[in-house]
Amino acid sequence: MKFGVVVFPGSNCDHDAWYAVSQNLGEQADFIWHDSTDLGGADAVILPGGFSYGDYLRCGAIAKFSPVMAAVRRFAQEGGLVLGICNGFQILVECGLLPGALIRNRGLKFICRPVDLVTVTTDSPFTNQSAKGEIVRIPIAHGEGCYVADERTLDELEAEDRVVYRYLDNPNGSARDIAGILNRQRNVLGMMPHPERASDPLLGSTGGLAVFRSMAAAVEKAAVR
Amino acid sequence: MSAITPDLVAAHQLTEAEYERIVSLLGREPTYTELGIFSVMWSEHCSYKSSRLHLKKLPTRSKLVVQGPGENAGIVDIGGGYAIAFKIESHNHPSFIEPFQGAATGVGGILRDIFTMGARPIAVLDALRFGPLDDPETGARNRRILEGVVAGIAHYGNCFGVPTVGGETVFEPSYAGNPLVNVFALGVFRKDQIFYARAEGEGNPVIYVGAKTGRDGIHGASMASAEFSEESHQKRPNVQVGDPFLEKLLLEACLEAMQTGAIVGIQDMGAAGLTCSTCEMGSRGHTGIEIDLQYVPQRESGMTPYEIMLSESQERMLLVAAKGREQEVVRVFRKWGLDAVTIGVVTGDGKMRVKYHGRVVAEIDTRALADEAPIYDRPHTAPLRTAPLEAPGFASADLNRDLRTLLTSADLCSKRWIWEQYDYMVRTNTLQGPGGDAAIVRIKETGTSVAMALDGNGRYTYLSPREGAKLMVAECCRNLSTVGALPVAATNNLNFGNPERPGIMAQLVEAIEGMAEACEFFETPITGGNVSLYNETLGEAVFPSPVLGIVGLLDTRPPLTIHFKNPGRAVVLLGGLGTCDPVRFGGTQYAKQVLKDLWGLPPALDMDYEKRVQAAMRRIAESGLAESAHDLSDGGLAVALAECSFGEDPIGAVIELDSRLRPELLLFHEGPSRILVSTADPEAVARLAAGYGVEAPRIGTTAADVLKISNRGAALIQAGARELKEAWEGALEKMLHA
Repeated sequence: MKFGVVVFPGSNCDHDAWYAVSQNLGEQADFIWHDSTDLGGADAVILPGGFSYGDYLRCGAIAKFSPVMAAVRRFAQEGGLVLGICNGFQILVECGLLPGALIRNRGLKFICRPVDLVTVTTDSPFTNQSAKGEIVRIPIAHGEGCYVADERTLDELEAEDRVVYRYLDNPNGSARDIAGILNRQRNVLGMMPHPERASDPLLGSTGGLAVFRSMAAAVEKAAVR
Repeated sequence: MSAITPDLVAAHQLTEAEYERIVSLLGREPTYTELGIFSVMWSEHCSYKSSRLHLKKLPTRSKLVVQGPGENAGIVDIGGGYAIAFKIESHNHPSFIEPFQGAATGVGGILRDIFTMGARPIAVLDALRFGPLDDPETGARNRRILEGVVAGIAHYGNCFGVPTVGGETVFEPSYAGNPLVNVFALGVFRKDQIFYARAEGEGNPVIYVGAKTGRDGIHGASMASAEFSEESHQKRPNVQVGDPFLEKLLLEACLEAMQTGAIVGIQDMGAAGLTCSTCEMGSRGHTGIEIDLQYVPQRESGMTPYEIMLSESQERMLLVAAKGREQEVVRVFRKWGLDAVTIGVVTGDGKMRVKYHGRVVAEIDTRALADEAPIYDRPHTAPLRTAPLEAPGFASADLNRDLRTLLTSADLCSKRWIWEQYDYMVRTNTLQGPGGDAAIVRIKETGTSVAMALDGNGRYTYLSPREGAKLMVAECCRNLSTVGALPVAATNNLNFGNPERPGIMAQLVEAIEGMAEACEFFETPITGGNVSLYNETLGEAVFPSPVLGIVGLLDTRPPLTIHFKNPGRAVVLLGGLGTCDPVRFGGTQYAKQVLKDLWGLPPALDMDYEKRVQAAMRRIAESGLAESAHDLSDGGLAVALAECSFGEDPIGAVIELDSRLRPELLLFHEGPSRILVSTADPEAVARLAAGYGVEAPRIGTTAADVLKISNRGAALIQAGARELKEAWEGALEKMLHA
């Protein structure tokens, strides 16, 4: 299978995501330039972390207008797997593929730290290789990662089993400790923690590799079917 | 154009003699623009006129050094066809005037120095010095400066996408009116793809890339070459504003453009902006450069040639392309949405000729500007110091309380509050981030790693510039050896007061000489760096504060960290207990935090023994015998033991010493050449150490959640490791929010 890693001007975890899926996982991976109108035949798309277009406005607010996002939106609507990490999550909520918003951390400071996450659901193409309730350690690195949504949306996310990860010790004030959520079709995941930083035993944790491995398994399964 | 009056010359911080030299070099009176150009190029910041004579004493070569001082950064061969470029630079003055932007642009400037050579930045470290956070008079301002500086570094580095992996933060009253912000950056590239800042090839086009030029930062370099007065805050407009996003684009565009093979030479526009880049590239290439300022992209209207030449707007580069291939370069920059405009041409006449709409506004020999700058042998007497030599009488009332005082002091407490604001993991190479003895970053391309540490101890250097500088080199090397890395090269940042004062000049000279001797001995040549003088406010100089950054090489492997991993392991003190007398105790953290005093001399250093201890340590790390390792420095043995205990799951130790030293000295003296190692096999460790003529006594055993230290049966320290850790970890935030 082939992962496509989108590169916006200002993306800075693009290479890290590419390295995790190609070198740590061993799948094929290509970069997709932001003004591209197609995804180059990728089976799954990663929107990486960083500061797309500088993020001087609202995080992700400019990226949503880039040509590649039209292609990503179509891809998602057709059921393609889309993983938004950190800035990628911010972009996904800005362009309406995921509900809610990401605002400044409770303490108003950027936080870089490994955090423990509870795997809330395994009914997703991103966690099919994980165990329910499993605790994984994956780093966060963001200034605007406090997830907020209205009560009804939050209730809905929970009722529909769309919360994928929760913080064990909430670092940023996110509503209901939410660290990652799915869209209703369950093929789009946005998460603030960086699984690509926890995919190599040398870096202290491999808790994030399961996300990419799950995506590969889901794509393989779909291909067999 | 206004006539050049003595007042105008003085306002440009040029002396009468310097002005006469300008007139004789030009063979005529300078134009106003030329006066501005000379004033920045001959400023202390750009010309090193007070330090150059002494900097020559530093060793700069080794088998691994590819490029020493004189380029944008030093370069060291790391094997496997790859090299690293690294340098440290200060942004002290701007950070005092405008902490956030001052620090942010400090990061931006040093990053450009690295990638202008073709290297991709993979690590940043910073050495910060502030006034005391709890000072009744200056505390509020010191806290504000700290918060601003940290936020500025975070803003720039995080957005750019370079991990900030380490550094050090120290507080002293002498920095209250003049904080120090020294930023170190390191990048990696293929050894056959190094770019130099040289304008070569007559007729080649000179291309301006990056941000547009504005009026910010005009005379920044001159500002950095003067003392502060009460009016200094009016200089805020001299501080530049940084745009890390633009810098990130510039990085990617430059590295991509370099791949085209169409770039001949490239230099960033840092201090003194277009002036410095133009004349330095010409001088290094033994050529001339002719530019016309009408083509320079500008973001404000009505800028004069003087302003354009002296602007220090950030995120700009000047490059020379191969004639006829400029479109290949321009295409890459366009792709990244950046300006790339041909503004001139390389000439053969050795002159920097600046035109404005075709009219010549400056014409100066490039070598006159860059190489003919005045060099001063400033008078130096005895190093300035007022501290007494003799030790006062002192006796501890409560050693446990003293330890806690030290661990919760601003200098020694956990700096997590600072470094968690930095993305220290981006690029997924950080094997060891902040909080260890040295940062370790792997190089994916080679399978090897680079370790880095910054060190400097203003108190030691104040008590003895020469010995303090040697101790700094020894400690910095020791930090690297403790993680198993071989120190190979260094970069230095010399932060001192006004060199026109003989006592300050003596500090500078002796520190350089001490550093030279130690760098020679430890085989860590200086490959570049920065000198920051005039760090004074209202006549009050900072402590003489050289800061050293050393890089070391090691194989990529799980890092050897400082924390005890298991209870029941032997604790070995590699190098032995060392010794100390009260005179040599006066520069310690104990003297500072507990006794609120400063006297005597820094700890005694035996460089030969130090070198052997470090060699033994590297051998032990390589053998896999050590479960943890931590060198002794600030706060001595007791503080180091506590720090070893502060792992995620605190594990302490029961230590039984056998020493004739009095308890305060035994626990807290800062004698060098000592490293704490925990191991399951202390005999094997001792055997390895003995091979180097180094003692490695077993001093105790790790134990769950307790830190007990006794000497000859007398209990000295007894505390819970977890409880100590909590106090240590929360101290900084408590001080900031007091």
